[in-house]
Amino acid sequence: MFVKQLSIFLENRAGRLDDALKILKDNGINIISLSLADTSDFGLLRLLVSDPEKAKQVLKERRFSAQLADILAIRIPHTPGSLSGVLGSVTAAGINIEYMYTLSVGGGDANLALKTSDQERTAEIFKEQGIHTYSQEEFS
Amino acid sequence: MIWNESKECMPREDIIALQGARLKKQVDRVYHNVEYYRKKMQEVGLEPGDIQSIEDVEKLPFTTNEDLAKAYPLGLLAVPRSEIVRIHATSGTTGKPKIGAYTRRDIDIWSEGVARCLAMSGVTRDDIVIVSYGYGLFTGGLGAHYGAEKIGAMVIPVSTGNTTKLINMLIDFGATAIACTPSYLLHIAETLEKENLMDKVKLKCCICGAEPWTEEMRTQIEKRLNIKAFDIYGLTEMMGPGVASDCEYHAGLHVWEDHFLPEIIDPATGKHVPEGESGELVMTTLTKEGLPLIRYRTRDLTSLKYEKCECGRTMARIQRFKGRTDDMLITKGVNVFPTQVEAALLTIDGTTPHYMMIVDRVDNQDTLEVQLEVEERFFSDEIRGLEELAGKVRGALKTAIGLNAKVKLVEPDTLEHSQGKSKHVIDKRKLYE
Ligand SMILES: [Zn+2]
Repeated sequence: MFVKQLSIFLENRAGRLDDALKILKDNGINIISLSLADTSDFGLLRLLVSDPEKAKQVLKERRFSAQLADILAIRIPHTPGSLSGVLGSVTAAGINIEYMYTLSVGGGDANLALKTSDQERTAEIFKEQGIHTYSQEEFS
Repeated sequence: MIWNESKECMPREDIIALQGARLKKQVDRVYHNVEYYRKKMQEVGLEPGDIQSIEDVEKLPFTTNEDLAKAYPLGLLAVPRSEIVRIHATSGTTGKPKIGAYTRRDIDIWSEGVARCLAMSGVTRDDIVIVSYGYGLFTGGLGAHYGAEKIGAMVIPVSTGNTTKLINMLIDFGATAIACTPSYLLHIAETLEKENLMDKVKLKCCICGAEPWTEEMRTQIEKRLNIKAFDIYGLTEMMGPGVASDCEYHAGLHVWEDHFLPEIIDPATGKHVPEGESGELVMTTLTKEGLPLIRYRTRDLTSLKYEKCECGRTMARIQRFKGRTDDMLITKGVNVFPTQVEAALLTIDGTTPHYMMIVDRVDNQDTLEVQLEVEERFFSDEIRGLEELAGKVRGALKTAIGLNAKVKLVEPDTLEHSQGKSKHVIDKRKLYE
């Protein structure tokens, strides 16, 4: 139902993103999706990877601040209004979306990663609406 | 101009004789009137009679910050409480504030000290002096005020906090002298430049203190405002501003040796260093009645010069400060210790994180940045969570040290980790070079 997202804290200085990605590559970890959220001072790199636990461990060994979190990854059809329909049903249930970003996986459909204030309930809503929710196995 | 030539230009042997007599009397007074000092002297087997001249000063025990904290608030009082007419205090952000307690005569001597300093800067009874140090517990405002009044100048007690009002007063009254912190004066200069008001300013000199400043700042102040800039030194626990200041030759701060006995010691051994060498400045108040200090360790590192100055004064000169024996920082006029910052960070989650304080001076304003390593326990996968962490740290620092610090989150292991407290501070202002 959920997938493990790896987040890495990055200072905004040259080369740090590359450093982190190189560590993953050197340890044979595939990056399935990558998203960077940043402020003027720091950035948060959010990744879906083939082996999240191992990724976190190797990054920590190299003194990166990394953490795993359960998020929802969904596939929605590429049709007008489908995104707002999906999100509308989540917010209508009184659930806040903490953050959301596009996943760089899949073919013609739109793929989204999101974290909400009530992940279980959100997952149920998606299930009721027949929205495909990725499992970890699909990425491993 | 020399305010009190008979004192300020005394021959060295007369200074030594006067200091000896006053030291002897002061030690006798504190021995009999202050239990705290008596006990300290008894612990080392010293009696008042053992102190006959300034040669004997080294026998006396030091007075430290810890002593002041233990004796807080009035444990070192050497007169009945009813003789005290005023109290001043430091901000006390590191624990107990340091107290200045003054008898009427102490206030007179303090005013005399400040008057000498102001006269040294060229202030006369014809001058219009703006005092823009804070009035209140801080000694700066009232100290400068009384000295300027003693000279007979017209004092405008603007205090701090309102630059617009200050500039109005400065221009409307045609003020000729100003007493404030050097960084604030540069801020004033900037505002005057921005508003094209510089040609309306009649200032001829400034008396700046309460924070260390560089030669470069002096040059800037003098050039931008077209005035002469003078440095004034003092400590609340010693008296306030007016303990020493520099003359037109800028060859060190003349210290009023008829009221204070300065010594330079090796901070490690406590022994005197050879004349002219650097060490910690130790001061004894020779005439203070209310709250006398015996061999008070200022923690300021400097040296003393005893030769007669070109200005004609014979009073010893405190040379350029080279730093502090502790790791105290003076930023934005506030004393900050890494231990305070540590205590503030401790409130965030109960453990001390790795941090670094970075002090800089940008556009002549002190800046304080606290860098904090984002350990796993602080981590959030939400930007908002991390920003909240920075906000929390900012709040804790504001409460602890009263300053708005910039908080920067950094990656683990990017800051130098060490046991030494001083490694928690990077001072980029180059104040002591
Ligand atoms: Zn001089």
